[in-house]
Amino acid sequence: MAIQRVCVVGAGVIGSLYAAHIAERVEVWVLTRRESHARELVENGLRVSGKHDFTARLSATTDPAALPDVDLAIVATKAPDLEEAARRLERRIPDATVMTIQNGLGAEEVVRAHGDWPLVSAITFMAGVRHSDVHVEYELDTETWLGPYAGTETPYELVEEIASLLVDSGLRARAFPDLRPAQWSKLIFNATVNTVAALTDLPHVSQFAAVGRPGDLGLLVRDLMDEGKRVAAAAGIELHEDPWEMNVLAVRRGETAAAAGHYAHVPSMLQDVRSRRPTEVDFITGSLVREAERLGVPVPLHTAMYRLVKAREAASR
Amino acid sequence: MRICVVGCGAVGSIFAANLAQLDDVEVWAYDLWAEHVEAINEHGLRLSGAGDLVGRVRATTTAQDLPACDFGIVATKSMHTSAALGATAPAFRDGAVCSVQNGAGNEELIAEHVAEVIRGTTFPAGHVVEPGHVGWDTKGDTHIGPFEPSPAPMEKVEALADACTRAGLPTQALEDARGAQWRKLIFNAASNAIAALTGLTHGQIAEPPTRELAWRVMAEGRAVSDAQGITLDTSPEELFDYAARKEVAYDHKPSMLQDVEAGRETEIDFLNGAVVSFGERHGVDAPLNRALTALVKGLERSRT
Repeated sequence: MAIQRVCVVGAGVIGSLYAAHIAERVEVWVLTRRESHARELVENGLRVSGKHDFTARLSATTDPAALPDVDLAIVATKAPDLEEAARRLERRIPDATVMTIQNGLGAEEVVRAHGDWPLVSAITFMAGVRHSDVHVEYELDTETWLGPYAGTETPYELVEEIASLLVDSGLRARAFPDLRPAQWSKLIFNATVNTVAALTDLPHVSQFAAVGRPGDLGLLVRDLMDEGKRVAAAAGIELHEDPWEMNVLAVRRGETAAAAGHYAHVPSMLQDVRSRRPTEVDFITGSLVREAERLGVPVPLHTAMYRLVKAREAASR
Repeated sequence: MRICVVGCGAVGSIFAANLAQLDDVEVWAYDLWAEHVEAINEHGLRLSGAGDLVGRVRATTTAQDLPACDFGIVATKSMHTSAALGATAPAFRDGAVCSVQNGAGNEELIAEHVAEVIRGTTFPAGHVVEPGHVGWDTKGDTHIGPFEPSPAPMEKVEALADACTRAGLPTQALEDARGAQWRKLIFNAASNAIAALTGLTHGQIAEPPTRELAWRVMAEGRAVSDAQGITLDTSPEELFDYAARKEVAYDHKPSMLQDVEAGRETEIDFLNGAVVSFGERHGVDAPLNRALTALVKGLERSRT
């Protein structure tokens, strides 16, 4: 089966980046919540700036019943909005494969409760800034990783086909027979970097990897990652990448970008805190802490970070 | 008796102005804020709020102006202790110097400059209204005692406690003042760091989801205090709950939160950082206090 038509649900940074790029190859529909958002997308197209520069033409609607049959749906809402998004897809797009891209663990289960589509798990390291409903800046052109949702019948070939589509669209992607090792690497990375950034108000800068002196922030980052790694080990997961190495690499990349005059990357949880929006801490650190509890692994530091971010949210309401 | 208050901010001013009410005490103040010093010399040092009074205090920004003093009362922010004592130490060649600062570790720094050191912990608090005028927000007790590695004689500790008490600042002289100091430190480390990181008031911190975290942070402080053989005078947890009452300090923004909001350096090294470093010295790990220290230092970095 060739993917002819794609629906993207949720057009934040990540959803917009997928929709615009894929629309350069095949027909794309965006399912939005706001009427004005859909209308603007149809009227003006979706502009990408930054790493790439183009304006994509695509279709958009707020009405799930108006969606044509699609081969692939990418659900790219923020984790807190996933439940509603999945509910809106109920009994629609019967022939589609559904790909989830949310932070944390458990997005696939939420979708599965609303339909029996084949499920593809995905995580992305892409990042950007949403300047308006019709303009997204492509900041970090890093990979999307995808794999069959573990324990389901989703064929690996289907995953490879989606990966090819993303690559043909100008994005970076990699298919994995089993995504869990990569999902866990990212979960540990995310739970650490996002909460530390949200609480210190620091973008992901060199301090995150500094371990030279007592009290250095990198020591806390490493302790948090070690705690996460103990949970992964107890879950029987052999990590795809060491989260600490990911951190060191990302910081180094960020320094190069900063030297070139670009801003250091502001992790999404810090963006949320700065804009006084609810964060995804329940889905990121929350899912790590819940797994740890299930497995009987103590995670005092992540528990503390979870409480501090929850409290920070409460204080800014 | 001649007393010099080193660092004449809110707490220093409360001590200086009250002590200046006594006929047998001559009070000097050393502070680097020129406008404040000028106003004090011109109009006296005024307190309003919990008590309304004006004290005749001789203030200076120049340490060389200080005469020989019987006592020093150090009330600078902790990160300025070393510099302030480096400058003023000659005035205390025959005197005893008492810290009334936050946290732990100040007496160690004072002892690098003077021979007779007094450990102290105080609860009165206030805020600077304008040069020469400090709002006295809360009254409270002070506990002082000889600093064990470099002690002032007990008679001197008692003499200073007596002067403060007569001046209206109830002060107890103790052989071992560590219990009072660590009770306040354990309480402060939990309240201040969590407030700085979350933006919550003290009362809000005493509620979920931070309540349990605060209690765990205090438990680490207790373990470090126990390892030093300190007997806390009262319970920091009870103090935490007492302060969280609506009519006490529910809405109070702990000073570290005020510092962070104003883009100032915090006293984290002398609070949570002190729990960590005293713990290391006595073989007790304090991972939550270490985490809070690193986070607040990160926050300082992004704000200053």
